[in-house]
Amino acid sequence: MSSPQLVAPWPRSLRAQLRVELLLLLRQPENLLVILVLPVLLLALFAGARIFPAGAGRPADFLIPGVITVALMSTGMVTLGISTAYQRYYRVLKRLGGSPLPTFVLVLAKAGAVLLVEVGQVALLLVIGRLFFGWSGAVLGAIPLMLLGSVCFAGLGLTLAGALRAELTLGGANGLYLLFLVVGGVVLPVDHLPSWLQPVAGALPPALLSSTLRAALGSTAISGSTVLLLAVWTVVLAGAASLLFRWE
Amino acid sequence: MSPNPVVSLRGVTKSYGPNRGVMDLDLEVGEGELLAVLGPNGAGKTTSVEIMEGYRRPDRGTVRVLGLDPVRDRRRCIPQLGIMLQEGGVYPSLSVGEAVRLFAAYFANPVPPGELLELVELSDRVRSRYRTLSGGERQRLSLALALVGRPRLLFLDEPTAGMDPRARLLTWEAVREQRRRGVTVLLTTHSMEEAERLADRVAIINQGRLVALDTPSALIGAGGGGVVELETIEALTVEGQARLSALASVERSREVAPGHYLLRTASPPQALVEVASLLRDEGPQVLRLQVGGGSLEEVFLELTGGTD
Repeated sequence: MSSPQLVAPWPRSLRAQLRVELLLLLRQPENLLVILVLPVLLLALFAGARIFPAGAGRPADFLIPGVITVALMSTGMVTLGISTAYQRYYRVLKRLGGSPLPTFVLVLAKAGAVLLVEVGQVALLLVIGRLFFGWSGAVLGAIPLMLLGSVCFAGLGLTLAGALRAELTLGGANGLYLLFLVVGGVVLPVDHLPSWLQPVAGALPPALLSSTLRAALGSTAISGSTVLLLAVWTVVLAGAASLLFRWE
Repeated sequence: MSPNPVVSLRGVTKSYGPNRGVMDLDLEVGEGELLAVLGPNGAGKTTSVEIMEGYRRPDRGTVRVLGLDPVRDRRRCIPQLGIMLQEGGVYPSLSVGEAVRLFAAYFANPVPPGELLELVELSDRVRSRYRTLSGGERQRLSLALALVGRPRLLFLDEPTAGMDPRARLLTWEAVREQRRRGVTVLLTTHSMEEAERLADRVAIINQGRLVALDTPSALIGAGGGGVVELETIEALTVEGQARLSALASVERSREVAPGHYLLRTASPPQALVEVASLLRDEGPQVLRLQVGGGSLEEVFLELTGGTD
């Protein structure tokens, strides 16, 4: 059988698939709301009104790492998770499974689309922070942490999509998102939470990411145990996502 | 039959609990043949096709598609198949043109998207999002996506379900064209007319078992007697069906699909009158009521039993 030459070279299918995945992420108004509007709004609102913990320097120093965490949750957990669940619901994944598109190309395309959107989000938030709120910080050193957080949230979104029906993924991802906005140390510091909640909140991915991003961007010492715990979450969630993934 | 069948099933069994799935299926499809798999809803048509497409692994039996195991040799098998699912399969927010170009990018030598959209008469819908298409338009797009890779073997799962007559004729012509080009086609349907018009051979499946496999004319020749076909705007209730079977001239009746019934009768004219008057007094509006004798309907009714 001469099937190899029937199939397009994978870089060509990757380019086409990446373009479509990107289009799908950005085409839906509800996606743009969580991907762009919400993180920018949080930054503008809290920094503009100077709502931030005392002794944290400028408001943007506290808020920028928080809203970057929110942005990564928006894209990886909410948008990727929900869109994947609905792609299964509409039998898109089943149909792709019956096409010559290699699985690794589909995964690369989805990861690439999410990453491109996230680069745009982070750049936008940093520019706004810089122009309007006098933010400055060490971005380069924070990039590996952002990547780690990004994989972690994408893993969480895909785990939900694999474990739950589409409607439940929609509800679950949005519910977790709201919860993480409160307990993730993003605009409200974890130590302002009730004392019984602090250890739990502090061990969840959003608070781990926002606190270590705060250290990295502010050029203070990064806690090794925080990064390690975030890495453990990432491995567990990425593993669960690939175990639970279903084509139909 | 043929020395190198394109599809070959031997003793294939796949069960999803009682009365669901397929039992001991033996089937061969020759190169360039168009085989229609005919059966009532829930007979196991989709299960059979999904086994051949490699979506399902049978509990027992052997499956060969283009000489390959469609599950184990999926990477080699899939590029040669054109698959049309019963529904869905396209990102709802993608446009017709985007969907076709995406699938074209998976193949080394795809049919040009413009040519394909002309074939299924969707050229004027190229910018429309999938979610805004009618049911028939979605089916035609799905057919176009199945054809884009110039498949050797085409699987069409109820390709014309829910289509208006014009779209149905268009789809039939597109399928015949594939057949003329030497593509092997396997389609499922519960439309007798579709099977009779398109198929070289018809496999009738009932309750997961193959009950007949022959050319349409041989199957029709084996029948005899009178059949009345009834289509109603909505499905009959259980009591409604019982009343249908209880009519004096009706020997037995069979629900092919909700709202679609075949009645076996010694006297078709009398059955027409009785059915018409029964449904005039009660029950849903009649869409079609006609004598269908001497056709596949008869054979189908004969072979799939029916409520006495």
